[in-house]
Amino acid sequence: MAISPAERASTQHSNGRSEGTRLSGARILCESLIREGVDTIFGIPGGVVLPLYNVIIDYPELRHILVRHEQAGAHAADGYARAGNRVGVCLATSGPAATNLVTGICSAMMDSVPIVAITGNVATTVLGKDAFQETDIVGITMPITKHNYLVTRVEDLARVVKEAFHIARSGRPGPVLIDIPKDVFTSETTYHYPASVHLPGFKPTLDGNSKQIKAAASLWSRAKKPLILAGQGVTISGGQRELLALAEKTHTPVVCTLLGLSAFPESHALSLAFPGMHGAGYSNQAIDQCDLLIGVGQRFDDRVTGKVAAFAPNAKIVHIDIDPAEIGKNVRCDVPIVGDARRVLHALADEVPSMEHPEWLAQIDEWKRQMPLTAIRPTSQFLPQHAIRFIYEATKGDAIIVTDVGQHQMWAAQHFWYDKPGSFISSGGLGAMGFGVPAAMGAKVARPNDTVWAIVGDGGFQMTSQELATIAEERIGVKIALMNNGYLGMIRQWQEIFYERRFSSAYLGGPDYLKLADAYGIKALRATTPEEGRRIIEEAQAYDGPVLVDLQVIAEENVYPMIPPGGSIENMMLEPGDRD
Amino acid sequence: MKHTVVALMEDKPGVLNRVVNMFSRRAFNIESLTVGHTELPHVSRMTVVVDGTTNDVEQVVKQLYKVIDVLKVSDLTEDKSILRDLTLMKVSSNRETRGEIVQIAQIVGAQVVDLAHDSVILQIAAEEEKIDDFVRLMRPFGIKEMVRTGRVAMARGALNVERAPDLAELAAHQHHRRVDGVRRDTGKKKVAVDLTGEAG
Repeated sequence: MAISPAERASTQHSNGRSEGTRLSGARILCESLIREGVDTIFGIPGGVVLPLYNVIIDYPELRHILVRHEQAGAHAADGYARAGNRVGVCLATSGPAATNLVTGICSAMMDSVPIVAITGNVATTVLGKDAFQETDIVGITMPITKHNYLVTRVEDLARVVKEAFHIARSGRPGPVLIDIPKDVFTSETTYHYPASVHLPGFKPTLDGNSKQIKAAASLWSRAKKPLILAGQGVTISGGQRELLALAEKTHTPVVCTLLGLSAFPESHALSLAFPGMHGAGYSNQAIDQCDLLIGVGQRFDDRVTGKVAAFAPNAKIVHIDIDPAEIGKNVRCDVPIVGDARRVLHALADEVPSMEHPEWLAQIDEWKRQMPLTAIRPTSQFLPQHAIRFIYEATKGDAIIVTDVGQHQMWAAQHFWYDKPGSFISSGGLGAMGFGVPAAMGAKVARPNDTVWAIVGDGGFQMTSQELATIAEERIGVKIALMNNGYLGMIRQWQEIFYERRFSSAYLGGPDYLKLADAYGIKALRATTPEEGRRIIEEAQAYDGPVLVDLQVIAEENVYPMIPPGGSIENMMLEPGDRD
Repeated sequence: MKHTVVALMEDKPGVLNRVVNMFSRRAFNIESLTVGHTELPHVSRMTVVVDGTTNDVEQVVKQLYKVIDVLKVSDLTEDKSILRDLTLMKVSSNRETRGEIVQIAQIVGAQVVDLAHDSVILQIAAEEEKIDDFVRLMRPFGIKEMVRTGRVAMARGALNVERAPDLAELAAHQHHRRVDGVRRDTGKKKVAVDLTGEAG
């Protein structure tokens, strides 16, 4: 593609200097991304985005990381967004590349992660004609994006980028997709980046209704057994400090949901571990027995509630969420408060009196003693729980933990103490296996000075292990803890418990992971005993650069406690032998 | 109970697709859905009839609001609204029956909009129940073809579906920043890993 004189003149671009000049759509996109503060794009080139790739190399502000599969690009943008607290960007060409993004976009949607996914499409002249690599990605992603766009005129492009970033990060964050036909990349127009957005149908409510806040405070002041259930909305809004202040003022214990881990420091005396299916018995007991449940920035997911009719049966429920549709969706609500978690918590702190609940806290301490979450049974075998604890010890808790999906995800939530905001990243809602490695890659790119551990199972690892190539090429210093038990562990556990040990496709072979990592040029270490496990995890922690530890943990270990799906605390299964 | 939900939305390509997609994705049951222009340029108005509990309908309203192009949503309670369905019906007729058909049509307020030697097309705009009655009356003559628009609705008198919000520029949303450095405490016991098999 020839570069027009106008374009050549604009290679000294960026931050406003190109305003008012005539540029191609490809350049307008790059300029607009820079205006939105984008510094990294996870993508793969393809036919219709070649005009974009032709100019992207003129913009050194934009680091393009060549991933090896578009799904990984979307997960990497997700990890980048969560760790960096900014909008992540992924890029793919049309057709199969666009459809490959779907899993990653959907995971970001379920977990309220702000990403902007950019896809190319066939030229507007052949749109709808089943052209080579054409797909209706806007139609496909409509239910899994917060909003999406098909840009058919280059004149709309800058405005669409502005709106997309605004929508992605405002209110309840989420993914936005921009689909750009090839001829829009090549068409020219006068570049003007809008100063503001004009979206009359999108005005998130940030401040809670003061009447409802007073009503919540009034319930709180009368409660004998109050409990806070805090979700990721607290960390997204930056409300950890407000939550801490409120919990301490009211002596109210705090349960963080899986995605909410680190919203409240887990080492704090008022902290209870995460609740739900594999959550702490004492946390579920506290939810069962509390007389006031203040849910903030979480959505009463079915993995938290179990059987809804038996959820918090003794409690009045206050539900604080920025998304009004979450309130009353899954569980009943006595006091709804729509607003930004941080702002509402701040406003609540002014309304609630100082309180003490010594009996309630003593009761919870008693449950903690009766049903400890973090006890590991004494054994010389190498348990996956050991590995998580070794990572905690080696990092002293100062790390970003990114998990894949499955048993190890639950152990990682149970056996690590998340004190630093944003230190736990996981595909919670969608439960997308294959998330761990690429998301950790994105997190490390966003926070290069922080330690990032990917904790993955051998099942999920094999779904996106091609990203070892990206990690090696870009020298992205993630540490990968591979919980290698030769099984799809959670499948094996469910087949053991619910299907009379009729194991069906639960056993999972795999390559020699040391050789695999070595083939990619990545340092790798192996452990078959807990002693070796501790040693290689310490070695990996000290190593400067990407490293994989192959942790050959015991094959058959179950995650406990466990409440079967649709069950309640009455159905909680504890680890055998742990009952006394 | 049947609810009539009215949504004002920006008249942009794909907006109907977004709304229908959302209904499908959320497994909402829709009895009818109509869309048309309004008195405001670039704003279209959709009327949806939803059968469900108050809770169900509340979810429909909230989920509609989440569609970025949707500006305003109202749940019109039936007793305070004018509800109309427009129906066209082609009825078989001959010299003997034509007079009776036209007479019934006049009584119920339907109009004859087309006349052929073996059929008439009748048009009626009324509440659905009234149309149902009319259909029953016409059935013995032989209904060859029928189309109903589905319900449109408007609040009576002074009540009205609020106008589309002010289209003035939106104030830039405050960007929230994370707070680092929460206070550490030592309330939670950190149990050392026991590899010896001795500790309890």
